[in-house]
Amino acid sequence: MSENGALPRLGKVLTVDTMNPNVKKVDYAVRGPIVQRAVQIEKELKEGVKKPFEEVIKANIGDAHAMGQQPITFFRQVMALCTYPQLLDDNKFPEDTKSRARRILQSCGGNSIGAYTTSQGIDCVRHDVANYIQRRDGGIPSDPDNIYLTTGASDGIVTILKLLTAGEGRTRTGVMISIPQYPLYSASIAELGAVQVNYYLNEEKCWSLDISELQRSLQAAREHCIPRVLCIINPGNPTGQVQSRQCIEDVIKFAAKENLFLMADEVYQDNVYAEGCEFHSFKKVLFEMGPEYSSKVELASFHSTSKCYMGECGFRGGYMEVINMDPEVKAQLTKLVSVRLCPPAPGQALMDLVVNSPQPGEPSYQTFIKERTAILSALAEKAKLTEEILNTVPGISCNPVQGAMYSFPCIALPERAINAAKAKGQAPDMFYCMKLLEETGICLVPGSGFGQREGTYHFRMTILPPTDKLKILLNKLKEFHQKFTQQYS
Amino acid sequence: MSFMKDISLLVKNNFLSGIDVLSRRAAQITVEIQQGERTNYNKVLDLSSGDLHRGGIKPITFVRQVLAACFYPALLEDDSLPLDVKQRAKILLSECDGGSIGSYTDSSGIAKIKLCVSQYITRRDGGVPSSPDNIFIKSGSQTALMIMLKLLIRSKDSCQTGVLIPVPTYASFTLALEEQGAAIIPYHLCEEQGWTLHVEELRKALLTGRKTCNPVALYICNPGNPTGHIQSRKSIEEVIRFAAEERLFILADEVYQSCVYGDDTEFYSYKKVLSEMGSTISSTVELASFNSVSKGFMGECGLRGGYVELVNLDPAVREYAQRLFSTRSCPPVIGQIALDLMADPPKPGDPSFPTFSEEAQSIKNMICKNTGRIQEVFSELPGISCQPLKAGFFVFPCLHFPPKAIKWAKKRQMEPDMLYCLHLLEETGLHVRPGCEYGQRKDSHHIRLFVATQQDIMEDALQRLKTFHMRFMKEFS
Repeated sequence: MSENGALPRLGKVLTVDTMNPNVKKVDYAVRGPIVQRAVQIEKELKEGVKKPFEEVIKANIGDAHAMGQQPITFFRQVMALCTYPQLLDDNKFPEDTKSRARRILQSCGGNSIGAYTTSQGIDCVRHDVANYIQRRDGGIPSDPDNIYLTTGASDGIVTILKLLTAGEGRTRTGVMISIPQYPLYSASIAELGAVQVNYYLNEEKCWSLDISELQRSLQAAREHCIPRVLCIINPGNPTGQVQSRQCIEDVIKFAAKENLFLMADEVYQDNVYAEGCEFHSFKKVLFEMGPEYSSKVELASFHSTSKCYMGECGFRGGYMEVINMDPEVKAQLTKLVSVRLCPPAPGQALMDLVVNSPQPGEPSYQTFIKERTAILSALAEKAKLTEEILNTVPGISCNPVQGAMYSFPCIALPERAINAAKAKGQAPDMFYCMKLLEETGICLVPGSGFGQREGTYHFRMTILPPTDKLKILLNKLKEFHQKFTQQYS
Repeated sequence: MSFMKDISLLVKNNFLSGIDVLSRRAAQITVEIQQGERTNYNKVLDLSSGDLHRGGIKPITFVRQVLAACFYPALLEDDSLPLDVKQRAKILLSECDGGSIGSYTDSSGIAKIKLCVSQYITRRDGGVPSSPDNIFIKSGSQTALMIMLKLLIRSKDSCQTGVLIPVPTYASFTLALEEQGAAIIPYHLCEEQGWTLHVEELRKALLTGRKTCNPVALYICNPGNPTGHIQSRKSIEEVIRFAAEERLFILADEVYQSCVYGDDTEFYSYKKVLSEMGSTISSTVELASFNSVSKGFMGECGLRGGYVELVNLDPAVREYAQRLFSTRSCPPVIGQIALDLMADPPKPGDPSFPTFSEEAQSIKNMICKNTGRIQEVFSELPGISCQPLKAGFFVFPCLHFPPKAIKWAKKRQMEPDMLYCLHLLEETGLHVRPGCEYGQRKDSHHIRLFVATQQDIMEDALQRLKTFHMRFMKEFS
């Protein structure tokens, strides 16, 4: 410290060298450089710059409303009533919306959704979530005390990972995650300094999960870390596969044998399209396997208001149910969630409506069921359409989109294109997607952002644009791929 | 036997507080009252949390009308909503993809709203420029603060990263620091002088801190929670100079900036003062300032809308900060909209202005009256004194316990002010927080009282406190 008070030396306190080094590894492909370029192009279009296309089609992010899907009327009516209770006197709102709103408001401090809620989430909402889970799982009981409302499913996922990440060096927590995976997992693992342990889904068998692959991955990981967690995304993102009941049982057995904490990301549980596919919740299967497993296997399952038929991403609503968690650990979890005070009350309220939707006989039921059915059947149609059209393109091969909101086709890239990409320092599928964006305005996410087997290339495309636009998109893609292949052969 | 007991050491060593004990008892008592098992009072009076709505204050009409229209745009066809409400809702909806608040937004927040916030900051600071590129909207200011901590704290280093924090400071912040693995370096505020911040105290704390850790950041809460003090302009300059000399990153928690009372009181933002301190300091001292919709007369805690403005960050670090801020998809859209309304409220001439300004003013008046009443009541009580409330939602009165009371608490193995609060709750139903949760000088004791509540509730609370306190002081004299 200098005597005359002048700055002894210039230079920042916070530099790339002095900051938390874990931050350097954080990457989130869904919103990465390709999206930034897409936003830039949109600006240029607005400014009148001439392009070979008129609009950017953002088929990169699982955002249904952005693609024109309409919100469910019932949900929005109840939310308006909760926000501005004066509307309870307005006879334009059906009675069931008002009774839902009153119930929610009664459990909020000062009868306002502007009050803090308890950090675990509004009591009556957690009760309703538990009841929903119980109904969904054929009567298997669910304890509201095991339910934590979260700020989107991401919040819950990261919290559990934080709880489970411990150790140093060779005893550091290893987190098993599918390849391909939703990059929230890889980003969070990097941020927390945990060890990412990859297990490959089987592309030839429609992205199924092989226990032998889990075993291989676990064995290899044990050389350099302590694998403690096994993450499953079902239905899958980006792959869309819906795991069979047998597969889920096998995974549970594996987790039990190898002492792994199961994280079941089930945010797409209503998005199941393919014939013969059915959503089986991990909890249900676990409990149907008898007390040998149901009393021991530790499980956290996650749900959200962002996907399924609701598409309410902006609300940041979600929950997690924790099963068989050690009481001491659970106490720590409760404390951990209290640091961020509470999840957004509107998201909690919306979650309540999702698990407590209009029933037959209620005034809003007809409209509700019509809207819900229309959305889910449109998605099923688009899933099929996407698979069909993409498979007519030589060099593109697309597995059936069994569920979720995406296709993840495999693309054959000519040697020259791969070299051109490498020369630019880009992953080959990033190079492909960038060119696609520049020439057609279509924004996708390269497979490298999700992980894939070495030497294979993919992209993730949502099935969310309206059907007619989707058809155009797919045909443009077809054209582009053929041109690209020719150009670089 | 679950091996999960071997969980993250960081999580396990978390700050243990009596939060559960007191709140849990309050909840139990509420149930007892409902079941008719209590006769000495008919409800728990909760002045424990800084929650305006929970305390009975109604939300601002304009805010709720705009939000309702955003939730359910069919209301835009309604005659019942004022024109300016409809216009604002329309503008905001047009900024959302697909015209729906259900869509994801940019991870740092909707561009138009960040612009609005930057303009608010510029107006507030008398013209000091503010760029939306340096503003990140998050799910509450607490979330933004935690992300900044994540950037600053190197939890794997053998030498812990240190953060200077005021004593007293609010409990969940301490929890956040411990969770991130930071070393806490406390600096004491001067209670006798109205909880002022003396740079000498900062210097002392830093010297001590340097012996055991690597201090990199200085956390300031201005206006203060729980103290209710506000820093003078001179004080802020001194702190900034200190941070410049000692190379500390300033974290300025300014969430109570719009809750300022008294004719001689004014809020100065750290950014404004920094900008007026000569080009060397103003272009180098790194600062993050936080604000939120939870405080102020909006009091929309549950909506989770907050932001951080970053000043003078190294451009390379800023890139990483951007990445960190963008891994959680986006902040809740409703919270973002509430921020827009906070930053750009109705103006004179707008149809909603009369109601809006009346509602805001009545909350301020109410708080001023409450603090006046508090001083009146305390002046008549032995063993309790309170620094004047300048800003914020709380007072932090000092309890002067007789030695007998201290002995009694020691025997019960509890902090005296915690024991005081438990008995206060038990005997009168009044729920306030003990000073031990916030930190205080050794052998000093406090309670934290929420004052942004209706006058009749405040009166009720003061009567209960008075009754209990007199009995308590008599019993232990």
